[in-house]
Amino acid sequence: MAAPWRLLVVAGGDAHSGGMAEIVSLTVNGEPRRFSGDLTVAALLAAIGLDARKVAVERNEEIVPRSRYGEIMLASGDQLEIVHFIGGG
Amino acid sequence: MDGISPAVPAEALDDTWTVAGRRFRSRLIVGTGKYKDLEETAAAIAASGAEIVTVAVRRVNLSDPGAPMLQDYVDPKVYTYLPNTAGCHTARDAVRTLRLAREAGGWNLVKLEVLGPPPHLYPDMVATFEAAEALIKDGFEVMVYCADDPVAAKRLEEMGCVAIMPLGAPIGSGLGIQNPAMISMLVEQATVPLLVDAGVGTASDAAIGMELGCTAVLLNSAIAHARNPVLMARAMKHAVEAGRLSYLAGRMPRRMGADPSSPLAGLIR
Repeated sequence: MAAPWRLLVVAGGDAHSGGMAEIVSLTVNGEPRRFSGDLTVAALLAAIGLDARKVAVERNEEIVPRSRYGEIMLASGDQLEIVHFIGGG
Repeated sequence: MDGISPAVPAEALDDTWTVAGRRFRSRLIVGTGKYKDLEETAAAIAASGAEIVTVAVRRVNLSDPGAPMLQDYVDPKVYTYLPNTAGCHTARDAVRTLRLAREAGGWNLVKLEVLGPPPHLYPDMVATFEAAEALIKDGFEVMVYCADDPVAAKRLEEMGCVAIMPLGAPIGSGLGIQNPAMISMLVEQATVPLLVDAGVGTASDAAIGMELGCTAVLLNSAIAHARNPVLMARAMKHAVEAGRLSYLAGRMPRRMGADPSSPLAGLIR
């Protein structure tokens, strides 16, 4: 996870206020979820237990390119959609 | 030539079709929905001989992240996934869904379908036009599900859709091709692949679609809801091939009266 601090400016939620690990409150697929620590998209997928190669992620209605899962930091208030392919006609 | 084999036209031997620059041999596209389980999905798709499969895009189940996924059974390296917009009712939803699909799979060939309400689920053509325009602008290659309306079909083609896919009958109805005359007219005017999508109920329906000159047939329920889906998948494979060969061969003219098959000359007296 290279240089996440570079992307902190993009995050829209609460700023870091101290040295303690922050709680990140997200809405994931419509459900409220809380995670601790600096959270990248890759870390979120790992925490949920998903194979990053089989899903796609949208953050605040914008696609997160797979190549950037390891660097994009999530912030409290972010709305995430994590989707995959299922059977359909 | 050995002098015995009948002359087979080249197009019957090397009968491929192309959409958005990709070449395919099978003229059957199958859906991956409505099956009992993923094992049955995989077996039926293999039996169908299809090279393209339609798929839907949905939220992962967060409470069961380890559940088997479609890709584990239907390998995207073997089959060309054609993500659809099922469940989308606006251009915005369709674009969002297919952008996610593109990121999940890395391709831009998609099936656009914007449906009206039950019980007909008829294509919502106004919303379909809007969505097609937005998707094409976003770089997608759009195979579009539509009404069997030659005016709408022509407009979709002019907008840049890469395949026109009119319904044969309402989705999942299995009623067969209800308006073959109109499908025939759509085939006549099309300059991109023209597929019957929806309405096929049994193998003969698929054969009829191909005999009308369709480039390919897209179906799902007719296989998934057959008593034996894997057997029906085989039937569909053969029906599409038979219908295609029949179209290439050119049917005999219809006549009002009988015409004996055995000569009348030389009868004993």
